[in-house]
Amino acid sequence: MTDTLTVKSTRRHRKLHPIAVRTMHWINAVSMIMLIGSGWKIYNDEVLFGWLHFPDWMTFGHWAQHGLQIHFAAMWLLFINGLCYVFYGFYTGRFRHKLLPIRPSEIAADVRDALRFKLAHDDITHYNAVQKTLYVGIMLVIVVQVLSGLAIWKPVQFQELTALFGGFQGGRLAHFIGMAAIVGFLVIHVALALLVPKTIGAMIAGGPDVPDEIGPAPHPAPAE
Amino acid sequence: MASPSRSIFRPKGGIDQSPLDDGRKLVADINRRNLLRGTVSLGALTMLTGCTVSDTDSVQTVLRAVSDFNDGVQALLFDPKKLAPTYSADQVVKPPRFNAYYEIEEVKPVDGATWKLELAGLIDNKSPWTAAQIYTLPEQEIIVRHICVEGWDYIGQWSGPSLSDFLKRIGADTRAKYISFKCADGYTETLDMATALHPQTILATKYAREPITDPFGFPLRLRTSTKLGFKNAKWITAMEVTNTFIPTFWSKQGFNWFAGL
Repeated sequence: MTDTLTVKSTRRHRKLHPIAVRTMHWINAVSMIMLIGSGWKIYNDEVLFGWLHFPDWMTFGHWAQHGLQIHFAAMWLLFINGLCYVFYGFYTGRFRHKLLPIRPSEIAADVRDALRFKLAHDDITHYNAVQKTLYVGIMLVIVVQVLSGLAIWKPVQFQELTALFGGFQGGRLAHFIGMAAIVGFLVIHVALALLVPKTIGAMIAGGPDVPDEIGPAPHPAPAE
Repeated sequence: MASPSRSIFRPKGGIDQSPLDDGRKLVADINRRNLLRGTVSLGALTMLTGCTVSDTDSVQTVLRAVSDFNDGVQALLFDPKKLAPTYSADQVVKPPRFNAYYEIEEVKPVDGATWKLELAGLIDNKSPWTAAQIYTLPEQEIIVRHICVEGWDYIGQWSGPSLSDFLKRIGADTRAKYISFKCADGYTETLDMATALHPQTILATKYAREPITDPFGFPLRLRTSTKLGFKNAKWITAMEVTNTFIPTFWSKQGFNWFAGL
């Protein structure tokens, strides 16, 4: 009796994706799609590239003002949800546990395997080096995207930030490139999820039970 | 003579009651089913593309509430002492870029000889100003970037009396919340007082040191360095200092009112 209890308390299990992660993932997905679709509407009013207009059917909002309204509403959803996610990732140690370390030799090996269609994905509880790189990369892209957005929203109040992006038009270009990177990530992310459908189930229902290795970072051991 | 507090925005000869009658049907229509439908359509916003969902009444209510919230956030972010970057005269684009709610060919020039600037609201001396009188005031020049909500920009060189000096000269109550403008083409614009008093907000009469030409607001227009282009009303005919918010040409159509840079 006593032994069983002890074992249980020291080896707790939990879902691969805790409810907090799943909630934040889908809020992020919704806000990102709203931002991209409305951003394309805003872009169409003054294009950066003469050859690129987004077809109306793939933009959000009837007129320009509706695109702007959606964009400046969804930005709060993305921003607040993103803050919670970053806080959660650092506080619980999920970032450290799931995304680190990233070793260049492993990336090279994984890319090689992936191109030969030999990359193992039986174990969805473990991210390979390419996944880790993409997830860390997309987080950094989103942080820069928020900054370039601020730079073009407030080019007087945050003029130092705007100057960092090379001025107002530089900021617009950076915001466009950030969008392109996010859309590129989305295409790969969704395609791979469809190839391994149990990952989608895991992001909805939580996935398999895993040992509770993550949690608040342990206090450093006292120096010997 | 009209009472001194009479708003220039209030129609002469009473208020038209017909919008109230039109609205009566809408008010009667508000029921649970419509509210539910509104909520569902907001959710569907993420699933549908190229759609008209965003301009249905219920979704507009939500989006405009967020836009109002963003007005407040922008007012907090606005630093009344922070100056916009300025540029040198050789970077100035001549002529400036035209923009209005109609094409440049449709501009109806204002006759400077008969033009008057009317004043209303919380102002001690409401005598109208002629163009000749305005030209006698000390001028301030700003070379600043004009940024349009659409995404384009150019550097312009504007000069004319400082708005904050002008407000002091006419005895305006600068503790009031807003200053509203009426324009010869029917355009309306409202500025928050903090922006009106900003050191780079002027009543422009000249561009590149020449009198402003017809398409760009002759004889008098607003030029502020801390707002999007559309906030800079052209062909101003009347100005009202008030604590009552008067919706503007573009804010009525769903554009963000504060529109600060």
